[in-house]
Amino acid sequence: MNNGALVKLADVHKTYRTGEMEVHAVRGVSLEIRPGEFVALMGASGSGKSTLMNILGCLDRPTSGHYMLDGADVSGLDRDRLADIRNRKIGFVFQNFNLLPRTSARENVELPLVYSGQRLTNAQLREKADLVLGSIGLAGREDHHPSQLSGGQQQRVAIARALINDPEVVLADEPTGNLDSRTSIEIMGIFQQLNERGITIIMVTHEQDIANYAQRNVVMRDGVVLSDRAVTQRLNATREIQNIATSASDDGT
Amino acid sequence: MRSVLTALGIIIGVGAVIAMVGIGNGAKAQVETQIASLGQNVILIFSGSTTSSGIRTGWGGAGTLKIEDAEAIRREVPGVIGVSEEVVSTTQVAAGNQNWFTRVYGESADYFDIRQWPLADGAPFTPQDVRSANKVCVIGRTTATQVYGNEDPVGQILRIKEVPFTILGVLTPKGLSTQGVDQDDIVIMPYTSAMKRVLGGTNLRNINVQIGDGRQIEAAQQQIISLLRQRHNIRPGRDDDFTVRNQQEIAEAATETSRVMTVLLGAIAGVSLVVGGIGIMNIMLVSVTERTREIGVRMAVGAHGSDILTQFLIEAVTLSSVGGVIGIICGIGASRVLSIYAHWPTLISISSIAIAFLFSAAVGVFFGFYPARKASALDPIEALRYE
Repeated sequence: MNNGALVKLADVHKTYRTGEMEVHAVRGVSLEIRPGEFVALMGASGSGKSTLMNILGCLDRPTSGHYMLDGADVSGLDRDRLADIRNRKIGFVFQNFNLLPRTSARENVELPLVYSGQRLTNAQLREKADLVLGSIGLAGREDHHPSQLSGGQQQRVAIARALINDPEVVLADEPTGNLDSRTSIEIMGIFQQLNERGITIIMVTHEQDIANYAQRNVVMRDGVVLSDRAVTQRLNATREIQNIATSASDDGT
Repeated sequence: MRSVLTALGIIIGVGAVIAMVGIGNGAKAQVETQIASLGQNVILIFSGSTTSSGIRTGWGGAGTLKIEDAEAIRREVPGVIGVSEEVVSTTQVAAGNQNWFTRVYGESADYFDIRQWPLADGAPFTPQDVRSANKVCVIGRTTATQVYGNEDPVGQILRIKEVPFTILGVLTPKGLSTQGVDQDDIVIMPYTSAMKRVLGGTNLRNINVQIGDGRQIEAAQQQIISLLRQRHNIRPGRDDDFTVRNQQEIAEAATETSRVMTVLLGAIAGVSLVVGGIGIMNIMLVSVTERTREIGVRMAVGAHGSDILTQFLIEAVTLSSVGGVIGIICGIGASRVLSIYAHWPTLISISSIAIAFLFSAAVGVFFGFYPARKASALDPIEALRYE
């Protein structure tokens, strides 16, 4: 029935009402994303991509149209049901990391588990969080607070937090916006690894360089999808980092 | 630091409640011991007031109680274990070259049992002394010190209105009464001697009656009233020419006063607790605003509104409870200091501590609810975008 699509948007509209003005942020988007895809959602500011991202992330509900996530219609659910969907099926990665300050990396990662309704002991929470942190290259930094970590490390903590509940899809909103280019490529490397492990990733970005690490680019303008195409010259993060390293050593000699 | 300042409101509030209620309860307990020192199961009968030519005299003013009335009570009212006829006067007493103005009480030999007032030294006068109107007396500690200094007064002669009385004993000190009268500034002699040799007259100011069983007090009181009305030939419908009070009524009146004081002090202290609560509400509102992003993140990863509500409520209650505990400690300290330096009796009960603690926790819930509610109602998108 869902044709194997993990995410299926059918003629989704979103209208905001600010005073007398009606803003049509999204005007009829239909989109299907299959499990295991790595999609970059692109567009200038005001194109409606952030609004679409909020709907995809179950943070917002469409004004009209339907959103099927993993075969279930989530467009009409109430706040608490949406919170449960976010908790179990979606992992968020934000531009500004959004880690809790004065809270260790481990506790940040444990957060979605705490709200998952599973009654886990502190030891179990710790074990799970450390496992995910280790898989993302942060072993040994579990007790660091965000202020003690670099931007790249903070974003890794955020990715670990997104992965802790084994979500169906990871939503990344400008994940490299606050990072330098090298760290950005590293983060893309992590996303590509995760994608190879079968995790579906939807990433909002306005940089074509970054979008080229994805498999598919969806470009939006004025609330509608302008183009939807597969990436032809896909970049590989591991290779790009090696290139940077070689060019740096070339400069040195 | 900010939390400490916020908690300070609660600390002061709870501390004030504990100290104020402690002072009130202390005063009440003091009144109660003094009432108890009147003796147990005691009924007091005062003579008067009578209306003569439209002028009403106060209690004890008109000589309506006779020695025979007391004897009738002793004889006819069941359950009576002690009766003391009382006359009172103030007069100059002297011994050697010392003299002193004091109160002279005439009583029966039962008086010392009724008032539960043992002697520190010597012996009380006997029923025989009363029958014979012997010139003997016992004196209070204050009178003894004023007249005899460090000398032992027992066996000495005390001149009262130029009549020599032999001092049989010295009473144990009782201290100040509820009205602030020095109860040890006293000379007590047989009422017969007082009437015959000091005051003159045959009227009693009042009669003290002690009942053996506390449950019979009401019945005995009624019997005394009807007996006296009959003896005084008071027709039905006319006012009594005497007044009967039992000790419990006196105690209730006195404790009522101190209870009102306790409630009043507690209410004033309660106001400061409410002010403390408003402080908590203020800081929680600031905290919700400052942590909007955190709330957004928690919601994004799956927190329900109720989870956020609970989190902020727990923070508010923790703040107010910690303040409450510190306040209780401060309050106990403050009332200690007051009782040491101001000599105010204070009494801190477990129940007042428990109530103060529960109240401070309740303040946390009450004033924490609105900010917590506000946090839980935030829109996650807005909250995440908040700078």
